[in-house]
Amino acid sequence: MQNHFPLWKNLLIITVLILGIVYSLPNLFGDDPSVQISAGNSLEISAVQLENIESTLSSAGITAKAIELQGSKILARFNNTEDQMRAADLWRNSLGGKFTVALNLAPATPDWLRSLGAEPMYLGLDLRGGVHFLLEVDMVAALKQAEERYNNDIRMALRTAKIRYKSVTFDKGAVKVVLRNDKDKQAAIALVDDEFRKLDMKVDETQPVIFLSISEQEIREIKKFALAQNITTLRNRVNELGVSEPVIQQQGDSRIVVQLPGVQDTAQAKEILGTTATLEYRKVDTQHDVQNALDGRVPVGSRLYYERDTNAPVLLKRRVIITGDQIVDASSGLDQNGSASVNITLNGIGAKKMGKFTKNNIGQPMAVVFIEQKSTTKIVNGKKIRHKEKIEEVISIATVRDAFSKRFQTTGLDSPQEARKLSLLLRAGALAAPVDIVEERTVGPSLGQDNIDKGMLSVLVGFVLVLVFMAVYYKTFGLIANLALTFNLVVIVAVLSMLQATLTLPGIAGIVLTVGMAVDANVLIFERIKEELRNRNSPQTSIFLGYEKAFATIFDANITTLLVALVLFGFGTGPIKGFAITLAIGILTSMFTAILGSRMVINWIYGARQRIDKLSI
Amino acid sequence: MLKQIDFLGKRKLAAMLSGLLLIIAIVSLAAQSLKLGIDFTGGTLVEIGYKQSVDLKVMRAALETAGFDDASVQHFGSSQEVLIRLQPREGLSNAQLSTEVAAAASSAMAVKGDLRRVEFVGPQVGDELTEDGGLALLYSMFGILIYVAWRFEYKFALGSVAALAHDVMITLGFFSIFQLEFDLTVLAAVLAVIGYSLNDTIVVYDRIRENFRMLRKGSPEQVMNTSLNQTLSRTLMTSLTTLLVLVALALLGGEIIHNFAVALIIGVVIGTYSSIFVASPLVLILGVSKEDLMEPEIEGEDVDMMP
Repeated sequence: MQNHFPLWKNLLIITVLILGIVYSLPNLFGDDPSVQISAGNSLEISAVQLENIESTLSSAGITAKAIELQGSKILARFNNTEDQMRAADLWRNSLGGKFTVALNLAPATPDWLRSLGAEPMYLGLDLRGGVHFLLEVDMVAALKQAEERYNNDIRMALRTAKIRYKSVTFDKGAVKVVLRNDKDKQAAIALVDDEFRKLDMKVDETQPVIFLSISEQEIREIKKFALAQNITTLRNRVNELGVSEPVIQQQGDSRIVVQLPGVQDTAQAKEILGTTATLEYRKVDTQHDVQNALDGRVPVGSRLYYERDTNAPVLLKRRVIITGDQIVDASSGLDQNGSASVNITLNGIGAKKMGKFTKNNIGQPMAVVFIEQKSTTKIVNGKKIRHKEKIEEVISIATVRDAFSKRFQTTGLDSPQEARKLSLLLRAGALAAPVDIVEERTVGPSLGQDNIDKGMLSVLVGFVLVLVFMAVYYKTFGLIANLALTFNLVVIVAVLSMLQATLTLPGIAGIVLTVGMAVDANVLIFERIKEELRNRNSPQTSIFLGYEKAFATIFDANITTLLVALVLFGFGTGPIKGFAITLAIGILTSMFTAILGSRMVINWIYGARQRIDKLSI
Repeated sequence: MLKQIDFLGKRKLAAMLSGLLLIIAIVSLAAQSLKLGIDFTGGTLVEIGYKQSVDLKVMRAALETAGFDDASVQHFGSSQEVLIRLQPREGLSNAQLSTEVAAAASSAMAVKGDLRRVEFVGPQVGDELTEDGGLALLYSMFGILIYVAWRFEYKFALGSVAALAHDVMITLGFFSIFQLEFDLTVLAAVLAVIGYSLNDTIVVYDRIRENFRMLRKGSPEQVMNTSLNQTLSRTLMTSLTTLLVLVALALLGGEIIHNFAVALIIGVVIGTYSSIFVASPLVLILGVSKEDLMEPEIEGEDVDMMP
């Protein structure tokens, strides 16, 4: 019995086949147009709200296919996109700002499959449509901000400790502190040791001067923090856009990938993501006349600003109270009197500074300046020069009613919309360092669908061509190879679905290529069998030897291709990775199906026969 | 036995053909380089589809009025689709640009177009991708060199890597001569060509190794000729099935994947040729002998072959 598999081998193959079929099945059911409602600030959605949402829908005469509550999200499925759009508009109006309503395509996987954890393949942006952004955090700016912050903090600390200094300036990448005498110098050194341990200190031996610079470790920390804070802020901003399943990920040590499936209006997305903003709270200069300043006589210690909407001129003190990076959170709401307000939370340093300021300035107006940095890269004489345009506008002026520090409220806003806008701006202004869009890829939904259709068609046509060719050339054995090939395709789709790997257009190309190459193993085996037959071996022995001898060759040949797939994966970005993944999976599954799968069938057909005159090969 | 074809006897002819192709490829690459896509050069690309065919002159005029006089405009796939490209611009060049181009283009036509694709690649990202792409090619070659030297012998490693360099060069040359756009997907295809061509070469080498160990008689040249003949039908069969699906992909897969498929078709054809006429003759020229392949796995070699 040369050509007989032990029971466990047969069972293994059949199990893999069944698993393959089950886990590739979800891909056949397509998607439901659906609407996803999620509560902001990670609120849970209550049963009452769910009922509310349902009744809004039924009173408008729209029927949903299903409404499911999934933790803090509600997913409503519809029969067509028209209902989906109408329902989304309806909910946007009725639910208000606390909820995010997003259009979505939810897989229509039946419950029994979902309970097994089976899900369809995750389609890449080139197939489902959407935007991909690569953002780069400007680390030079982040470090400069940190230096300025330290500069201010050092002045303040010196003043608080009553150490008199001549000057605190930037000097060759360090903060240079010039003191009056040696005694003050010693006091300053003690102060720095105590409060600014993260700074490297260099002391001038002969003069009362010390140099402070940010340590290497602190620089790393600042960079890490800048990236992390940007990711957090981006996540908040993307949530405002109402996108389902956004991807916001770190890439490398200064870049962030943002993927927004289904987003069409990229102009809006870019506006929100691309412009970076910071905030400054400043005291309004009430002692001087604005008109004088407009005529060119701006008082020392003040600066002229303009209000955003009215363009009215305002005089503000030069000294900044707090900056945007000290804002931890800002949200819109209602105050005791029921009028719109914005609630702001500061971090420790900000709270200390704000507390000190408000204590001495009750009854005085305070302004919020919004600073936008639009960056453009110019190419001059072949060199890239990054140009930053700075736009500074006053977005809010409010009177300090009371001394406050960590938490406070800006009230007296005209409408909830305005409060929402201001809170959004405040949060946007809490960005640590500017970001630039360095790459954008947008795929419209029609192209996405086209890509799917064309990709699938070419897989199908290529597949059928190979099937016909194999059947004609290898007859019965060709049909067996075709079974193995079909089996292979099913297993590839199943593995991709189980891994939830992203399927891209190059990924589909990878599948097509695998279909072409997967038969290679069978071709190698069959050619060997033919050779053995020519060497006057019996059919049974020829089958046995064919498989035996071809194995090492198949193994070596596939390992090298796998090696290339790994290199591709390691180097690749999005689409290339998709190609590498399908190629690698295809190689591995094809070895299983072409060697073991085909052998099982051949064993069933020929294994038990006593006499075979001729093989149909 | 089947009729033997004297492949190695034709190695001079093959060398001349390969040399000629390589020279043409190198000259073209040196003279006009590759037509690199925006993945590598940086720039902006906008694809818009309309319900009716688009007059490129009108579109160009509209873009010119909007200040994009350096825009290259062409049909893409059909006359109803246009592809607009902008180089990284002297002066303004940021992500906002793509939005402006799309707006200017849609103002050109009476009916609203369907924005199908927008790509913007910053110059620094383009530079990095070019560098990474080159590195990926080198790394995969290096990895292969080590693997083949370990599994076979260093002469085989040199032979296979030289054959791969030959295939890559000619495929790149093809893209250069016909000025087909070379983008990230094409680079992936070139790397896949390496994988494919190597696969072919390994199968041939494997048979050569086996025959060197089994056949007592015959010069290295005869042994190698026998091996090539024995694997010939497999080589052709696999190339044919792969070409079948690739042709399907090239004709039906759409514009975006078209050059990817073309690169693979060229690569598979060249790869099949090189595994017979380049990789094997090189091993012969490097002076392979029976002894090279006898050790070191004297015991257990046959066991090793068992599945």
